[in-house]
Amino acid sequence: MAEVLVVVEQSAGAVKKVTLELLTLAREIGTPVAVVLGGPGAAAPLMDKLGEYGAAKVFTAEHDDLDGYLVAPKAAVLAQLIRDTRPGAVLLAATQEGKEIAGRLAVKLDNGLLTDAVAVSADGVATQVVFAGSTIVKSRVTRGLPLVAVRPNSVTPVATPASPEVVALDVSVPEQAKLARVVDRVAEAKGARPELTEASVVVSGGRGVGSAENFAIVEELADLLGGAVGASRAATDSGFYPHQFQVGQTGKTVSPQLYVAVGISGAIQHRAGMQTSKTIVVVNKDAEAPIFELADFGVVGDLNKVVPQAIEEIRKRR
Amino acid sequence: MNIVVLVKQVPDSGAERSLRTDDNTIDRGSANNVINEMDEYAIEEALRIREAHGGEITILTVGPDKAAESIRKALSMGPDKAVHVLDDAMHGSCAPATSAVIAAALGTLSPDLILCGSESTDGRVQVMPHMLAERLGIAALTGARKLVVDGATLTIERQTEEGYEVVTAATPAVVSVWDTINEPRYPSFKGIMEAKKKPVQTLSLADLGIPTGTVGFAGATSQVVEHSKRPARSAGTKVPDDGTGGVQLVEFLAAEKFV
Ligand SMILES: Cc1cc2nc3c(=O)[nH]c(=O)nc-3n(C[C@H](O)[C@H](O)[C@H](O)COP(=O)(O)OP(=O)(O)OC[C@H]3O[C@@H](n4cnc5c(N)ncnc54)[C@H](O)[C@@H]3O)c2cc1C
Ligand SMILES: Nc1ncnc2c1ncn2[C@@H]1O[C@H](COP(=O)(O)O)[C@@H](O)[C@H]1O
Repeated sequence: MAEVLVVVEQSAGAVKKVTLELLTLAREIGTPVAVVLGGPGAAAPLMDKLGEYGAAKVFTAEHDDLDGYLVAPKAAVLAQLIRDTRPGAVLLAATQEGKEIAGRLAVKLDNGLLTDAVAVSADGVATQVVFAGSTIVKSRVTRGLPLVAVRPNSVTPVATPASPEVVALDVSVPEQAKLARVVDRVAEAKGARPELTEASVVVSGGRGVGSAENFAIVEELADLLGGAVGASRAATDSGFYPHQFQVGQTGKTVSPQLYVAVGISGAIQHRAGMQTSKTIVVVNKDAEAPIFELADFGVVGDLNKVVPQAIEEIRKRR
Repeated sequence: MNIVVLVKQVPDSGAERSLRTDDNTIDRGSANNVINEMDEYAIEEALRIREAHGGEITILTVGPDKAAESIRKALSMGPDKAVHVLDDAMHGSCAPATSAVIAAALGTLSPDLILCGSESTDGRVQVMPHMLAERLGIAALTGARKLVVDGATLTIERQTEEGYEVVTAATPAVVSVWDTINEPRYPSFKGIMEAKKKPVQTLSLADLGIPTGTVGFAGATSQVVEHSKRPARSAGTKVPDDGTGGVQLVEFLAAEKFV
């Protein structure tokens, strides 16, 4: 079977969940081969996890330049690797970085690309859900190899232990790729909650939550369910919650097992970011709110009563 | 500073959108077409830079006839002039082909700074700035929530999952912005009147020296095989809160094994 190259994403020295999903998907369409790109020492802490999820081989590219500039150096190294090894397909995460790398690879290799896929079949046909979740599109790359960015939470990661062969690549980054220099990385407190796009539970609050202070009940419910906190644009624009947690058309796209929408009306632009969630639960005082059309379970009522009662009930059951 | 802002016309994301059944392209005929929202933030950022540092702002759009309306709307916010690449052969173009056309048009304008939105609300591809940077051999600073111009040095803050990165490059460069960067102004009446007289240059693919066979369906690097409407979710249980709504909600979550 042809090798399927999986571009590894990591966060704080750990393999991101989306990469495990990509390895699982790669196994269905070929032989999974991981490639780690980062500063010196980036690969070692990731090896066990990559093996556990079935990587048959791991290419490691470690160099300060891969860490010190925006995606261009990574794209340069990957393009060379793809030319040298001619894999059957290349899978990346449909994150900001993954899509940016894919875009550069498409130009460098004169290759088509598909972004935001939720599935990829063995013959390279990718499924995408577009227009606020209303339309399903099946597409294929017609020039070059399937180069596909896959949305987080599209596949359930399954461990299949392997002992990967490790191949260290010689890295030399052309000057042309060193134009956008990262001069600082600043961590912003996000607490112990899972990353929004990777979380299996997301609890989001909207304008109906009423204030920044009152978002505490949204956070509390999220914490009890082990989830991440999201917000509608009305809530972020009103300053109730920071912008990076916005879900929707111009925010994050999430696809968790459980999405809880509290005080959110369900505008089409919000639905664009959460419509593919598996189970949807709603609390809204307006029985006509369009968000109820998506709900597997909805309570028509005041969130200030319903949510605290739910929190108390979950506590009781522990 | 010579600034070019990339503006794409898209079908309104707040309305029903669909693909054409004949050729799987976006149905622009029946849609209410608007400026890609993110691009308004790019225009606003350009105006602020011109106010602070002087210079000239050109709107660049690659799109069909109808896109002319969006160009006038963009000009009414304050930019000086526009270039509209208009060619029927573009219909069905993929992102890499579109990037080649935009790159060629940028070549005729020699900008110091190219501003664009972080993503378009129709395709949501988020790839254009890096494709352009790759083609033009210049830097791409993407996903800016803040942009500082200091002579020929550009510095952005880029939101990441862990926090933010500070990234810097020399001009010429392409910078893409998120909607957190500013609050776009509304066009004034004066702006709307003036926009009618601002120069809009229309270029064809031949003007740019691009063979028609490299774009459109003929030059596409990917292909939509089929599309279908996603079945609507069947609405589930909806209960009025009779004083036990919170408990019932948890009962549902427990039955679904989330609690
Ligand atoms: C180009 C574009 C992009 C956009 N992108 C996004 C995006 O990415 N994400 C996004 O979310 N929006 C986006 N929007 C905005 C979107 O159109 C809506 O305006 C927004 O989603 C509304 O947020 P909301 O549901 O919180 O507020 P509202 O629509 O005001 O709804 C508030 C809801 O709370 C309910 N409520 C009020 N009080 C209570 C209470 N005490 N108890 C229970 N329920 C209560 C009300 O019944 C109402 O249904 C975008 C818009 C445009 C034009
Ligand atoms: N046809 C086009 N004409 C002008 N600008 C475009 C076009 N396509 C994309 N862009 C610009 O590139 C940005 C990112 O688009 P995309 O990569 O399609 O998500 C948009 O916000 C626009 O600023």
